[in-house]
Amino acid sequence: MAEHVAPAAGARSGIWSWITTTDHKRIGILYGVTAFVFFLIGGLEALLIRLQLASSQNDLVSAETFNQLFTMHGTTMVFLAVMPLSAAFFNYIVPLQIGARDVAFPRLNAFSYWVFLFGGLFLNASFIAGPILGADSLSVAPDAGWFGYANLTSRAYSPGFNVDFWVLGLQVLGIASLAAGFNFIVTIVNLRAPGMRLMRLPVFTWMTLVTQFLVVTAFPVITIGLVFLMFDRFFGTNFYQVSAGGDLLLWQHLFWLFGHPEVYILILPPMGIVSEVLPTFSRKPLFGYAVVVYSGLLIGVMGWGVWSHHMFSVGLGPIPDSVFAGTTMLIAIPTGVKIFNWLATMWGGQLRFTTAMLFALGFIAMFVIGGLSGVMHASPPADLQQTDTYFVVAHIHYVLFGGAIQGIFAGIYYWWPKMTGRLMNERLGKTHFWLGFVGMNLAFFPMHFIGLLGMPRRIYTYGPELGLDSLNLVSTIGALLIGVSILVFAANAWWSLRHGETAGNDPWGAPSLEWTISSPPPAYNFSVIPEVVSRLPRWSRTQMRAIPDVPPEPVHVPGGSFWPVIAALGIGVLATGALLHTLWVVLAGAAVLVVAIYAWAFEPFEV
Amino acid sequence: MTHAHVTSTGLDSRKLAFWTFIGSECLLFGSLISTYLVYKGRSVRGPTPHEILNIPVTSVSTFDLLMSSLAMVLALAAVARGDRVWARVWLAATAFLGLVFLGFQAYEFTSFVHEGLTITTNLFGSTFFTLTGFHGGHVAVGVVWLLTLLVRSFQGKLGPDKALNVEIAGLYWHFVDVVWIVIFTVVYLLQ
Ligand SMILES: [Cu+2]
Repeated sequence: MAEHVAPAAGARSGIWSWITTTDHKRIGILYGVTAFVFFLIGGLEALLIRLQLASSQNDLVSAETFNQLFTMHGTTMVFLAVMPLSAAFFNYIVPLQIGARDVAFPRLNAFSYWVFLFGGLFLNASFIAGPILGADSLSVAPDAGWFGYANLTSRAYSPGFNVDFWVLGLQVLGIASLAAGFNFIVTIVNLRAPGMRLMRLPVFTWMTLVTQFLVVTAFPVITIGLVFLMFDRFFGTNFYQVSAGGDLLLWQHLFWLFGHPEVYILILPPMGIVSEVLPTFSRKPLFGYAVVVYSGLLIGVMGWGVWSHHMFSVGLGPIPDSVFAGTTMLIAIPTGVKIFNWLATMWGGQLRFTTAMLFALGFIAMFVIGGLSGVMHASPPADLQQTDTYFVVAHIHYVLFGGAIQGIFAGIYYWWPKMTGRLMNERLGKTHFWLGFVGMNLAFFPMHFIGLLGMPRRIYTYGPELGLDSLNLVSTIGALLIGVSILVFAANAWWSLRHGETAGNDPWGAPSLEWTISSPPPAYNFSVIPEVVSRLPRWSRTQMRAIPDVPPEPVHVPGGSFWPVIAALGIGVLATGALLHTLWVVLAGAAVLVVAIYAWAFEPFEV
Repeated sequence: MTHAHVTSTGLDSRKLAFWTFIGSECLLFGSLISTYLVYKGRSVRGPTPHEILNIPVTSVSTFDLLMSSLAMVLALAAVARGDRVWARVWLAATAFLGLVFLGFQAYEFTSFVHEGLTITTNLFGSTFFTLTGFHGGHVAVGVVWLLTLLVRSFQGKLGPDKALNVEIAGLYWHFVDVVWIVIFTVVYLLQ
């Protein structure tokens, strides 16, 4: 190993040290690797969907399997890929950016990860759990769509285990997100190094903060919606029972009250990443830092007032439709402001087109297209034509793949050297970018036309008389290209871990605090707590005091704890018991949880 | 977690986390209460709220819960000034009043079931039992928490340096109490 690769991160080794770890950097790596595996699974589901739709009247998969594929693809990409990939950066980068030695509650942080892992495994176990549960088929995966509309999800219309996996899995994942939400709000508000005022926080940390506020306010709402659904299915309550006077729109309101803020939970962190990458590779401070921060805050607040734009087609009436159309168009303004700030940042800068920079530029370009189609269906009459067609599928993929995923890849290429101590291969990186960029436009751009020409989403096949065979084939080829690009990325990651160039503290000449320390950082991050004197510590004329390589006095590093993983295991057992309707399993899970909480509360642990 | 850290805001991190948690809980109960209000009067069969809700009895249990908040305040004050005896008395009193509230709720639930209202009977039953059941669950967690503090006190491990632990438990307890005031008003008084 080269001299700049710090030994501390590798000093504690072995599987047990990973299971009990409370180090935010290790938890960040666990989040990243796990989420990437789920991303591959979700991607495989997407490829099967696209292969089925490559030609009309295709019978590669059955209608039933198709339902499971699109439901699990959506659920996986939202809850098991994009959110936890962002969480990997929250974990690894945020404490470094604010000059802290860890998060506020390291064990709660580990707990969040393990609950997320068990929730993800629980959901995906449905693909093979059929025989154990006495079902006719191998797979009993959720099949009612990622927004699980009532009353398709009721016992009457979904009698199997499929929706049970979904309703329980999402509640488990909600616990993980909420716990992380509290943790990161407190971390960012309370653990900043001296001099790190709020208006000196890097934009990525700012967007993390806004995102976590959205998490802790939006997740309780969907939790209640899911609890109602669970009670309806398990105990025969009437929340979504029309015959008892129940209103199906209750689910839609609860879901989208969560669902629209969720859109910003998915996109704000990548926006933060792009706001870090662009200035570094333009060698210019972010244009209008304060405006970008305030736009992010405004998006967070306004994100609560637009949810019914997902419900124009249910007939809420002209007044609500107009109001929600208006708020939806308004929210495009702070988003547009950010776009112009990013463009102005590059104006006159010394641009370096590294892979990270290419992904950031790709983010801007693709997000603009997704934003424009978004404003199109902000208009109720247009939306009525587009609802439930591939036009909406095109929109969501420009925003979430072209936007969120490309932003996350920008972050991976940007911070990989900080996390591993080695640079990624730029040649493979650019191959990854261009293959993915061409692939995604081939895959998703034709969907606009496929949708406007009348092809509904979520139908397992289509007739040749629609004349959509060739457009669909192009889309499938694009999806396969994306798949190849991800393989190139995986090869790059594998290669660079072994043979990548040694990075040093700051391979990019970047401005923020995380680049002042070694790559990867030692277990304690900062040998002395930095004293921040400016917003861009490494670029400003007033230099902060250097961080020595060796701590002048010994630094206390918290040891691990195995109670977080035990507590998470209890929750997993509890959910399994609920799925099986077996009281003793539920009680056993609850008992494990309670024991773990008490042991956790009373074990000696110093942060 | 034993010694206090210097934080950027001067607020203790656990307290800040707890306030955030309470904010989140507001949305949780907000969703439950909104659903109750949206579904009010939409049941297609009885029993209806005014046929079955017993306001005098519930007023007593509401008073009981209010008094428990008073006891909680006194418990915190006793712990903070290092008064072990009164700390135990008031912690025990708070937990006891919480248990009494749960007893009232158990009585109310069973009498409703005898009168033909279960969680499956109609929309009122579903929303009522879910909302008050969620609240009762929170009270039960609070009682266990308070009893844990009581045990710690008897172990001699609840000195004035641990006042923050009691303060956070108190925050939770008062929050649960306030939620009940809202539920009592919305469900029982505004029929
Ligand atoms: Cu929306």
